[in-house]
Amino acid sequence: MVIAAMLRKHSADVYVLPNSAEVGSNWRMGMKKLILAAVISAASFGIATAASAGTLDNVKQKGQVVCGANPGTAGFGVPDQQGNWTGLDVEYCRAIAAAVFNDPTKAKFVPLSSKDRFTALASGEVDVLIRNSTWTMSRETTLGIIWAGINYYDGQGFIVNNKLGVKSAKELNGATICVQQGTTTELNVADYFRANKMEYKVVTFGTSEEALKAYDSGRCDSYTTDRSGLAADRLSMTKPDDHTILPEIISKEPLGPVVRQGDDQWLNLVKWVHNALLISEELGVTKANVDEMMKSENPEIKRLLGVEGKFGESLGLSNAWVVQIVKALGNYGEVFDRNVGPSSPLKLVRGSNALWNQGGLQYAPPIR
Amino acid sequence: MSSQISGSHATAKVVFYNDPKFRSRFAQFVLLVAIGLFAYFAYENTSENLRKRNIAQGFGFWDVEAGFDISQTLIAYSAASSYGRAFWVGLLNTLLVSLVSIFFATILGFIIGILRLSRNWIVSRLAGVYIEVFRNIPLLLILYFWYGAVLGALPEPRDSLAIPGDIWLNNRGLLVPRPLIAGDILYTVAALGIGILGAYILARFARRRQAETGERLPVGWISTALIFGLPLLVYLGVGTPLGFDFPEKGRFNLTGGLNLAPEFVAMVVGLSTYTSAFIAETIRAGVLAVSKGQTEASQALGLSRGQTLRLVVVPQALRVIVPPLNSEYLSLTKNSSLGVSIGYPDLVNVFTGTVLNQTGQAIEMVSVTMLVYLTFSLLTSAFMNWFNRRVALVER
Ligand SMILES: N[C@@H](CCC(=O)N[C@@H](CS)C(=O)NCC(=O)O)C(=O)O
Repeated sequence: MVIAAMLRKHSADVYVLPNSAEVGSNWRMGMKKLILAAVISAASFGIATAASAGTLDNVKQKGQVVCGANPGTAGFGVPDQQGNWTGLDVEYCRAIAAAVFNDPTKAKFVPLSSKDRFTALASGEVDVLIRNSTWTMSRETTLGIIWAGINYYDGQGFIVNNKLGVKSAKELNGATICVQQGTTTELNVADYFRANKMEYKVVTFGTSEEALKAYDSGRCDSYTTDRSGLAADRLSMTKPDDHTILPEIISKEPLGPVVRQGDDQWLNLVKWVHNALLISEELGVTKANVDEMMKSENPEIKRLLGVEGKFGESLGLSNAWVVQIVKALGNYGEVFDRNVGPSSPLKLVRGSNALWNQGGLQYAPPIR
Repeated sequence: MSSQISGSHATAKVVFYNDPKFRSRFAQFVLLVAIGLFAYFAYENTSENLRKRNIAQGFGFWDVEAGFDISQTLIAYSAASSYGRAFWVGLLNTLLVSLVSIFFATILGFIIGILRLSRNWIVSRLAGVYIEVFRNIPLLLILYFWYGAVLGALPEPRDSLAIPGDIWLNNRGLLVPRPLIAGDILYTVAALGIGILGAYILARFARRRQAETGERLPVGWISTALIFGLPLLVYLGVGTPLGFDFPEKGRFNLTGGLNLAPEFVAMVVGLSTYTSAFIAETIRAGVLAVSKGQTEASQALGLSRGQTLRLVVVPQALRVIVPPLNSEYLSLTKNSSLGVSIGYPDLVNVFTGTVLNQTGQAIEMVSVTMLVYLTFSLLTSAFMNWFNRRVALVER
């Protein structure tokens, strides 16, 4: 028993190690995997595992929520020179912090490349992963993780240099294509060319930065990833206007926040933060009018804002949890517009991400 | 001597648990059991925990369809192949880039090492600068340099640089005509085999003859003629049966021919230039370790400068050079795992990267990868040890 206790402490120490991670170099990526292996072996001695321990209690004790973030995709997750993070996914993390601490700044971001992200989540390095991550069956059934919702409905596309004169993905027969490792992208592109009986050459890189650099310097005829990602990556090219995103959408990429399996309280919390953002938009509750809205007679709004019922408490939060979120960040529509919408550099239209009653797919179950 | 000791033991009649031999055996046995138990316990607990966390485990994935493509494959592979096949593709790519780089690093290292010892001040300084530059820059940056700054600056496919002999160079790599093997080529291959065998027999004969009569034969020249000249004669004799597939312009790039991808070229150039700097220093140390007296003595015996180098200095220097050379080769092989940063599909890129990510089974992938590198290292060491024994001085 004593030994078990000591080892458990040891495993907790190991968890701390990779937390200091910044943008990963390749050595460190390998290192992370070794650490995960070590963590799981070490943790295995400590019978009680971190996964089933209450993440919410843990977060409250730490005084901050630690989020796995995109190391650099404009509009979704990107730090500026001073280390201030912005993006849709980043604001989701702040929304969780606002719900738990009534303070959106109590969020810490750990930049994770595509291939490190799930390992980092499973090993407990981050509390929640919000970084352009596609919900797929195999990820949910074999990695010990679970999606809490879909905060951006996306699909995969291709970007090409205008001087090639390519107007459709169907014309890419014989092309060389750069992709990033550890993504659904890698698999979809193989499927697409197989299904259309076209030849292609793939060059696979560890990070999107390296893949993009290779594409931008002409090593590849096309670069492929989620179309939202393409819109962001286009801005980082030497001459953004020289590149066009082709019209074909070759896959379904439902992106959303991910947590570890085995902690339903935390899963519920993340899921309902997302739902609350959608419901706020649906009911017209905005950052500007939330105080007004508290006086509303609409029972749905009353439940949403905690004027009536104990919905917040049932999540382990204060009943004013949605007020805290919306005061800090606004509703889903406001978050979308600010980060990726028409007024942002990305200029993405709402499309599938409009609310269900406005022709989109975003639909939240009721608070009741 | 030893019989005396065991004799005195027998008469002293020590209780068995005070017998040092027994004690040490027992201690080793206990340690072994403890390690075994620990390993078993660790294994059981790990797999129990993975089960609890719903993380997949085991090697069931090995035969599952991989679903992704790889840019350079030495064996037949497509997205419909299995993860296991992808493993072999990655492994062979690691072997290929390591062996080719070791070859060039050794040649380059030898040349630079000898130049470093040159009596010409400028030549030796230039070699010194080369060594210091490549030894002191992190390999990753060297790879980025060759890949991004040098190869990346090459023209696009439409403006490919033409090199005589239907060779094309562009930012997609180096395209050379691909030899097409026809049936008649077998005669040439057979001639090559005969040439090598002949050279070997000649070398043995020459050695015996020198031991008996003291006469030396020009073995080097005759062997070269046998190994290169004979196949060439046969090749021309049967009417140059080799065809070529020439690169042609396609929509996006030149198609056909044999394409050496820039990732591969950058890896080979990066690894060779980096490692050659270390090898050069090893060579220099080895040559300097041979005392000046040896050279003077051999010259006093009337050996020419070339003979002195070949028969006296190099054999003795090799003794000092081979062991550190071994560790240079080992690090080069391990360094090839940086391939993923410039898109070269080595084992770490394909298996510990993509396969690990698609299956999520970090423990299995990392264990297998470690085992592979360990095997490479042990094999390299075994070979170098064998070589080392061959070149070791027979001390009298
Ligand atoms: N949605 C896909 C791809 C996600 C992805 O990796 N996107 C890229 C391009 S938007 C990215 O985030 N790159 C940033 C990086 O890893 O540095 C997935 O979940 O596999």
